[in-house]
Amino acid sequence: MSYVFQTELPRELREHQQSIAKHAEAFGLDFYPTLFEVLPYDRMNEIAAYGGFPTRYPHWRFGMEYERLSKSHEYGLSKIYEMVINNTPAVAYLLEGNMMVDQKLVMAHVYGHVDFFKNNFAFSVTNQGRDPQDGGDVRKWVDTLANHGAIVRKWTRRLGTETVETFIDACLSLENLIDPQQPFLPPAPSVASSIDGAEDPTEAGQEPHLLPVHRDYMAGFINPEEFVQAQRDKLTAEREQKRKTPEAPERDVLGFLLRHAPLQPWERDVLSVVRREAYYFLPQMQTKIMNEGWATYWHSRLMTERVADGTEIVDYAERTASVLATSKGNINPYKLGIELYRNIAARWDRGQFGKEWDECEDYDQRRHWDRRVGLGQKKIFEVRSLYNDVTFVDEFLTEDFVADQQLFTFGWNRRNDRYEVQTREFEAVKSQLLGQLTNAGNPIISVLDSNHENRGELLLHHDHHGVDLKLEWVREVLKALHRVWQRPVELHTVVEKKPSALRWDGSAYAQRALGKAV
Amino acid sequence: MSLKIDQDHTRFRKIVRGKIRDNLRQYISKGEMLGKQGKDVVSIPVPHIDIPRFRFGGKQQGGVGQGEGEAGDPIGGEPGEGDGRDKAGSDPGQHAIEVELSLEELADLLGEELSLPNIKPKGKSAIVDQKERYVGIRRVGPNSLRHFKRTFRSALRRQIALGSYDPARPVIIPTRDDMRYRSWKTDDQPVTNAVLIYMMDVSGSMGDEQKEIVRIESFWIDTWLRRQYKGIETRFIIHDAAAREVDRDTFFRTRESGGTMISSAYKLCANMIEHDYPTTEWNIYPFHFSDGDNWSAEDTLTCVDILRNRIIPASNVFCYGQVDSPYGSGQFIKDLRQHFVGHEGVIVSEIANRDRIVESIRDFLGKGK
Repeated sequence: MSYVFQTELPRELREHQQSIAKHAEAFGLDFYPTLFEVLPYDRMNEIAAYGGFPTRYPHWRFGMEYERLSKSHEYGLSKIYEMVINNTPAVAYLLEGNMMVDQKLVMAHVYGHVDFFKNNFAFSVTNQGRDPQDGGDVRKWVDTLANHGAIVRKWTRRLGTETVETFIDACLSLENLIDPQQPFLPPAPSVASSIDGAEDPTEAGQEPHLLPVHRDYMAGFINPEEFVQAQRDKLTAEREQKRKTPEAPERDVLGFLLRHAPLQPWERDVLSVVRREAYYFLPQMQTKIMNEGWATYWHSRLMTERVADGTEIVDYAERTASVLATSKGNINPYKLGIELYRNIAARWDRGQFGKEWDECEDYDQRRHWDRRVGLGQKKIFEVRSLYNDVTFVDEFLTEDFVADQQLFTFGWNRRNDRYEVQTREFEAVKSQLLGQLTNAGNPIISVLDSNHENRGELLLHHDHHGVDLKLEWVREVLKALHRVWQRPVELHTVVEKKPSALRWDGSAYAQRALGKAV
Repeated sequence: MSLKIDQDHTRFRKIVRGKIRDNLRQYISKGEMLGKQGKDVVSIPVPHIDIPRFRFGGKQQGGVGQGEGEAGDPIGGEPGEGDGRDKAGSDPGQHAIEVELSLEELADLLGEELSLPNIKPKGKSAIVDQKERYVGIRRVGPNSLRHFKRTFRSALRRQIALGSYDPARPVIIPTRDDMRYRSWKTDDQPVTNAVLIYMMDVSGSMGDEQKEIVRIESFWIDTWLRRQYKGIETRFIIHDAAAREVDRDTFFRTRESGGTMISSAYKLCANMIEHDYPTTEWNIYPFHFSDGDNWSAEDTLTCVDILRNRIIPASNVFCYGQVDSPYGSGQFIKDLRQHFVGHEGVIVSEIANRDRIVESIRDFLGKGK
């Protein structure tokens, strides 16, 4: 299905866009060329439902998202102001009928995001090569996702919507089982080249047992070529059986399934599509606070210092206030992000960093500390390039900051049956926050063995850090895994402090306690 | 305009309605959107199908928040298990801004959500009045409906865009294209009146949770019926061993102990109808909520008698909602089912818990009576 961007902006908008881009550049932002498209609200909801990609593969969950967005919009509960996608050129959408001040704000915000896409290291994994002409990044994800759409549609036409969609359901249950480190690792050695040593008598290099041949010309009859080949294959298969696969726990569960599960060609295609898109969206989940904070920081500065005119400032302030509103039950990434950048900029302007600062314990001296080094801007640009949410919070969330921002941890109180504030203690807040951000908020799951119990069963391990899995869903995910693996699957985890094995064998679900030796 | 999403949307609706893919039914949750009506937050049902994943169990996990409060202070509302966390980032920079919605729209939404039919008012007074509502702006229309401000604004915008606007001499001349007119929608407004008579058992076994369920359910019933009728009255009757009429506030607050004589409430209700609401002019909706315990089988027979001879003939429909409570035997609904088997004028519904409220509203209002 083809899709043509209608990027001819009305003149007034185009002029604002050009001027905002210039101001942004003058501030040092470095972004890809950006196409803006103006959409009526129903198209906006449609594209938002597809995660920004109008040509994505068909699946009911996009329809579900669309219904939620449209209802919410039509009944005046909320509306989407803007969307921007990580692509070269970047593509951003403006909502038709918004006030001009909103459009300006959105464009300023978008340039912040696009700068972030281009410069933050986590997004480098979305590069698809270099442009031979100008050496710039190539990210043709609009095309890639359109191709994914075409692949899935092709199989849907041949096999029917029901078959393909049901399989996508299973893949989506596994969508978060990917390895954030994977894009940064050297490619895994192929199976053949990883064989070493000859401790095992069946190891590589050994010829299969053949019938003795006394006359050379008889060789082809006594040990026919097909027979020799069959014997060799059998040996290889035996060796495969003995070696544990994977050799080390494998967190890229989807990649592992692609390599080892007995998939039909169409299933392989669909699973690849889901995996590739999961990796594409991963950097955005790893940098939610940084990315939103950055875009908000720059729209604030662009709007108040350069772009908004006197008549617009009140509307601007109102919008920004609602974007930055805090709530007791959640962290607002826009707010936390912008405050951290502001805090870093201020500290590096005043020289509040380094050994001397760290060692100073005099409260008064610290309060009035100002070395006038003016490194704030330089520092935040460096930070936006080199950190993700985990390292950002780990490095820059200070005790003073937590107190200033009134951060606290909350937890469920069984006795009162409600969520309650637990503590404002710095270390606790920080570690809770880091825990939530780790692995983009997903449990850490890896494949331990693809030949569990020597029966070709799949064994997974959950790296438990104090929080149990949502049990009623484990069963469903195991079913999805079984759908792909076609053999029994088992997950080792901890349930209410007891090491446990959860298992789906294709017809029944079982939970049992494990000995200590997990 | 036809959208590509329509296919996926239709597919989703089919799954929700159970036309295809029964295996997904189990993941359908009552998602909700929160709207505001004045100071009250109301919840609007939206169907949602969860895709199961390996996720953390919510309550063990806790989280980080921001704002005032000391250790041990409750956090407003439920922060929701990992709310939005897995979605985060897959739609970068999607800003949503919250606004309020009106009660009328809320009722429409509910009606659409539950596929509620419009009620056909009974009797000769089912005369429908048409009423225009101004709902938007369009580019064509009669001069009398011209929206001056919008017209001026678009003319101004055009002149600025063309560079023909002179701040020193701010003359704005609208052209044909600049004209904006109010557009309207015609709504059918029944002119008939309706009365809602709520009855509730307030004996000890109806606890706070049970009353909360009745409160939420009656809010939605009110909202929907208000949308259907121009003039609407509500009356409230509470009963234990005896019945009396109260105001809305008292209705939801009162808690008594002692026995339960349902017939006392039905007697009062029947008297009320006969005295105040001639059936030719009024659409009458008696609702009764209880946990299903009655004092005696004999009293139940009295109830059936009053219903059959006095209440049902006068009413559009008589609705009985039975709220599960840990103490109730739940016998009454069985009795009603037995005595009014296949009777058009009686609807009974069991409300096991909050999650069942929506279904129960559908039971009551889904027949369009």
